[in-house]
Amino acid sequence: MKYIDEFRDGELARGLAAAIAREVRPGRDYAFMEFCGGHTHAISRYGVADLLPPNVRMVHGPGCPVCVLPIGRIDMGIALALERGVTLATYGDCLRVPASGGLSMLKARSRGADIRMVYSGADALALARREPGREVAFFAIGFETTTPPTALVLRQARENGLCNFSVLCNHVLTPSAVSTILESPEVRQYGTVPLDGFIGPAHVSTVIGSRPYEFFAEEYRKPVVIAGFEPLDVMQAILMLVRQVNEGRAEVENEFTRAVTREGNLKAQALVSEVFELRRRFEWRGLGEVPYSALRIRPQYAAWDAEVKYRLACRTVPDHQACECGAILRGVKKPRDCRLFATVCTPENPMGSCMVSSEGACAAHYSYGRHRDEAERVPVQAPVPGGS
Amino acid sequence: MKKGYVRPLDLRHGHVDMGHGAGGRAMAQLIEELFLRAFDNPYLRAGNDGAVLPAPGPGERLVMACDAHVVSPLFFPGGDIGCLSVHGTVNDVAVMGARPLWLAAGFVLDDGFPLAQLKRIVDSMAAAAREAGVPVVSGDTKVVERGHGDGVFITTTGVGALPEGRNISGDRARQGDAVLLSGTVGDHGTAILSQRESLAFDTAIVSDTAALQGLIAAMLEAVPDIRVLRDPTRGGLATTLNEIAAQSGVGMMLEEAAIPVQPQVAAACEFLGLDPLYVANEGKLVAVCAAPDADRLVAVMRAHPLGANAARIGTVIADDHHFVQLRTGFGGARMLDWLSGEQLPRIC
Repeated sequence: MKYIDEFRDGELARGLAAAIAREVRPGRDYAFMEFCGGHTHAISRYGVADLLPPNVRMVHGPGCPVCVLPIGRIDMGIALALERGVTLATYGDCLRVPASGGLSMLKARSRGADIRMVYSGADALALARREPGREVAFFAIGFETTTPPTALVLRQARENGLCNFSVLCNHVLTPSAVSTILESPEVRQYGTVPLDGFIGPAHVSTVIGSRPYEFFAEEYRKPVVIAGFEPLDVMQAILMLVRQVNEGRAEVENEFTRAVTREGNLKAQALVSEVFELRRRFEWRGLGEVPYSALRIRPQYAAWDAEVKYRLACRTVPDHQACECGAILRGVKKPRDCRLFATVCTPENPMGSCMVSSEGACAAHYSYGRHRDEAERVPVQAPVPGGS
Repeated sequence: MKKGYVRPLDLRHGHVDMGHGAGGRAMAQLIEELFLRAFDNPYLRAGNDGAVLPAPGPGERLVMACDAHVVSPLFFPGGDIGCLSVHGTVNDVAVMGARPLWLAAGFVLDDGFPLAQLKRIVDSMAAAAREAGVPVVSGDTKVVERGHGDGVFITTTGVGALPEGRNISGDRARQGDAVLLSGTVGDHGTAILSQRESLAFDTAIVSDTAALQGLIAAMLEAVPDIRVLRDPTRGGLATTLNEIAAQSGVGMMLEEAAIPVQPQVAAACEFLGLDPLYVANEGKLVAVCAAPDADRLVAVMRAHPLGANAARIGTVIADDHHFVQLRTGFGGARMLDWLSGEQLPRIC
């Protein structure tokens, strides 16, 4: 595949791996958080960890939109479909997220709820247009990447006066999540989570630009390198972070110059601010209530806001007691530190949200990396000569 | 008395109705004018409730396999539910090392389904059966209320003869064995997906649906002791290899770069967020053989039109956890796990 294979080239990867190995200081550990689930997936999928020196450790961040969605919000969507007879359209990843009462959207569907998988909000809008007798709600999730498309369908719905369509908005903001992690006691005071820098979001940054991260670099003295989602992007970003740490710099650097500018996509930003406004607070799975961390639909669009239209209220629902998703999302724990991981919690039967999306830290580790845990736990069998 | 005139089935504009499944005259007519005409063979023509078949050769055992087909859409680039329902079952019998002999077919039809489409499906099925040399010797048709099916569901059962001493089984992979693949992966699932209403995209990808018994016969002639044969259908290559690893109690180490994937399939999977190693195939097989036989077997496979892109993709290793691992083209290693959940519904 032209323009993609170039960013997955093994030869170049070995060159970058050698450069990283050359430049890390032997007596020092480097811990970098990749914020985005897209990076988590690339690191696991391509075995990037195998190419890094042992003293460079990647900490998975909370940038998986499905993972940070609190149970209460999923419950709202399910109630809308199951109790109010509304057709709920959403992204495939949302369908398996565990909700209250042993339900998920998928299980609610088996109980008769009309919940459909769509690839975009535009598909949901088209469904509402095609079937005017049906109430359709789009369960919108995601960071700044998926927010402009949702804004666009809301604007189209208003322009066309489409009364049977609404949006249940769960859009969240990256910068506030990063500050919450940096402000968390584990990072700030106890030093239990040493973080030497961030790999900054790829697609989010195409929209918001690199400027919003300048504050973190300066205020918290943490280097940020914005990187694309291909494995070579990640390797290059790690090398750039190692260099910043070694040189005592804490700057925002942009590895993803082929798509990200300092200002970002101004048109998309304008569209988003026309349709959405900041929520005073929003609950994140794992991070709790985070001030000014999410968006809600502006009053001018209230007729298309499912929360207003159906008078929905969100209830806080605690996670499963033994589930460590919260700590994992903050980088405090690793998937294998969780008692449920790979025992009762598997991708087939996820207990926590990190096991649901392929971008979640637990699902990525389960699907791509759990052989490493076993290799560490069980001595490698000596090959039997000749076999049988 | 003058012989009563029966108006022939309107195979151009007519539709299936409940009468076609009710066991009466309408059903007899559908069988006579559509199924019997297409599948024509003495077993079926005998018109009994079951087919009386000759016993296999001395020392031979019977292999039986069954496959239900619910693919949506019914017609897709490279095939349709008709030929798919023949290939799927013929392949299940053939990968056991058996010579496929006969098929039985069960149809579940929606009330109102256009007879023209049914004819197209049945003709395609008959052509596939003829080409594979495996006649449809028995069948059944049921009609359900409109909307209770999805046009047509077809279940086929196949019977084949397994020569004495042949033992091909998923539990026979041993440490050091070679893992072979007959061609590119992901073609069928991607072709189906390209036609789905919600996603339709323009592409030249066609399904690989094909009957593999000819390829398998050539392979067994060259290397009689192939240990495992399996067709990686739903769940794709990754799931099939995990099944074999679990059954045999071994692990596998694969080379990502050795696994053939057509560029357009790789590109389609890329933008849909799918992994071609988990996407269904309907005309490919995985073989496990002793390492010294591998080169010869790959050469034989490549000499056959259905194995032109055959390759050795990995090695069986000892692993108590039965993990299938993949050395990525990027240089790292990762697991290739079982498919979790459902990547795409209704693909075969």
